Amino acid sequence: MIMSQAAVSESVAPVAMGWGDVLSQQLITGVSNGMIIALIAIGYTMVYGIIELINFAHGDLCTLGSFLALTLVGALGMEAWAGLGGTAAVITLLISAAVFCGALNWTIDRVAYRPLRGKPKLALLVSAIGCSFILVNIALFWGGLPMEVFGGGNQAAAPKDFPSLISNENLLGAKSAITVTWRDLFVVIVTVPLMIGLTWLVKSTRLGKAMRAVAQNPTAAALMGIDVNRVIGSTFLIGGALGGFASVIYALYNNTISFQMGYRTGMDAFTAAVLGGIGSLPGAVVGGIVIGLVRALSDGYFEARWTNSVVFGILILTLVFRPSGILGAKLREKV
Amino acid sequence: MLKNIAAVCLLAFAVTPALAQSGKPEKVLKIISSLPRTGSANAQTTTMVNGIQLAIDEVNGKVGDYTIVYEDMDDASPQRGNWDPAVEAQNANKAARDESVIAYIGTFNSGASKISMPVLNKAGLLMISPAATYPGLTKPGKGEANEPKIYRPTGKINFFRVVPADDLQGFVAAEWAKDMGVKKVYILDDRELYGKGIANVFENHAKEIGIEVLGREGIDPKASNFKSLATKIKAAAPDMVYFGGTTQNSAGQIAKDLHTANATPKFMVPDGCFEKAFIEAAGAENVNGSAYITFGGLPADKLTGRGAEFRAAYKKKYNLKENEEPEGYAVYGYEACKVLLDAIPKAKTKDRAGILQAVSETKNYNGALGIWSFDENGDTTNTTMSGNTVENGEFKFVKVLGK
Repeated sequence: MIMSQAAVSESVAPVAMGWGDVLSQQLITGVSNGMIIALIAIGYTMVYGIIELINFAHGDLCTLGSFLALTLVGALGMEAWAGLGGTAAVITLLISAAVFCGALNWTIDRVAYRPLRGKPKLALLVSAIGCSFILVNIALFWGGLPMEVFGGGNQAAAPKDFPSLISNENLLGAKSAITVTWRDLFVVIVTVPLMIGLTWLVKSTRLGKAMRAVAQNPTAAALMGIDVNRVIGSTFLIGGALGGFASVIYALYNNTISFQMGYRTGMDAFTAAVLGGIGSLPGAVVGGIVIGLVRALSDGYFEARWTNSVVFGILILTLVFRPSGILGAKLREKV
Repeated sequence: MLKNIAAVCLLAFAVTPALAQSGKPEKVLKIISSLPRTGSANAQTTTMVNGIQLAIDEVNGKVGDYTIVYEDMDDASPQRGNWDPAVEAQNANKAARDESVIAYIGTFNSGASKISMPVLNKAGLLMISPAATYPGLTKPGKGEANEPKIYRPTGKINFFRVVPADDLQGFVAAEWAKDMGVKKVYILDDRELYGKGIANVFENHAKEIGIEVLGREGIDPKASNFKSLATKIKAAAPDMVYFGGTTQNSAGQIAKDLHTANATPKFMVPDGCFEKAFIEAAGAENVNGSAYITFGGLPADKLTGRGAEFRAAYKKKYNLKENEEPEGYAVYGYEACKVLLDAIPKAKTKDRAGILQAVSETKNYNGALGIWSFDENGDTTNTTMSGNTVENGEFKFVKVLGK
């Protein structure tokens, strides 16, 4: 299904695009970008829902996931895995990054956040910002490792090319004006089941129930015999794992990673989480897709330089009229 | 600020005993370079620093009875991965305060020059840039209305460059595009001084010579991808996309997204992308045969005369393999330092003012870049430019471009 090594090298004569084709194309790009943002936004919203912390380190955690993926591609020579091997390569990357990011996020909670439970919220926030800086600098160091170990580029801070393991072939045929590639499909194929799975986990499992209980009232949950620290740890683990999936999807979709990518994607994802209603899982998904679409339409029909202003303008307007976001719960006194 | 004060105190402690011990103070002339050493420009700037070092080593670190001391300063910060205005200002102030400094080689980015030029102008310190090419830095009427006056508070010229400015590069880029048969172009820029400036020159000249400009816009250099922009461009169906900007500002990602969207057959960029990091960031398959790079000079292996001698000396000193070449800007680092070292003996007084005067009088200088002079604005009279493309993941020289 997913083919390795398939950049379109012979340029096919561009097909004229009508306005409808352009609009459809922009919507496809918007949804694909939005899905990636949504997956990262879930990590923000889950952590906020349970311990009311804006985990600033989350975006940078995803950066490290991408760096791990690139290192694996280089070390295992995945570019040469053709056919079914290509699919195996992608699955290997997804799972490795998810395990790595989940474990790392759990560790961060254990080391940097758990000792601060019950202390003023500001201490926790500052700790999160500190973790973010540490992760950025680890990524910078990682990017400076020698080329033999590391996929591409020899400059620590340079953007790195991520090999196209997924075909960029147009599923609608080379003659079609609209392009839907395996990459766009891949984003949806991986993201949607993850979201459904997460919803099921939170709604229907013991752990999910415990998570909701802790979110509502940690003290009461502890009195009912719930191990609060374990539940919070699991939340970080799951949020981190989703971030890990997102980091590989990001890398395979954009084909470039850099030590700074977490900052911008994290910012988008955080905005998405707030727009959708922080603390709400469906809200994060809706927020992510809305931001992806707004970015695409603004780039496409307005000017790219205004895109950030448009996104944040919409955020402000939404918050003025719906302070708890699009799908946010009735505002509880938080922050 | 506190850090600066601490540094000054430390320096004072370190220097006092040294002066007290030696009866006759050693005659030292200090050269500082301020280039982005952290980040993806590092590959370029390393070869520039090598070039400067080579020029100093050729005279064994001495001019007359003066010892030449060289300090390689970084004007980038890891947080930006790119040049940082705060660091550049710090470097310029440090250089201005240190009396033994007689020349400041830099900057790499035109935006950075804008910051250090007024500071060094007040200090009367000579500045030679090997790479900053924004026209408004030196040429009246080529930039904003108050340029370049605002960079010269004392009214005297202290900024020189050995590299031709972008009013030439953007001009010849448009000419080259026309030669290739381009009729419709879409222009992007990174909204920085350099990128926007060169894109403006390109746009103006393209219109003059009858190339239709389908669109012009500034990008968000930190965006995760440019797929929506690529779709918009594809719908406009240009023969070429011109991007005024640098590798650090996503030139690679743009090349990649344009190529995968099949939005344009040709992608042209200026010298800010004439570095291996551009090909690495874009992925060779996305730029092979479709990217065109203009450069304000010749690639090292096309240099002749003194330039060929420079190339041989450089390859020997830095142990380059047979098929390896110094990056495009190495020779400019060398030339910037060499023209300075050759001017020092002619200076009447071996201080900032004397040496500045001597360098400004450089005429018909026989250097690695050919025979050239500094004109009344401090610009080189050299106008040799080259057009390059990418083949098998390497830059390939196509032709000499000139006015």
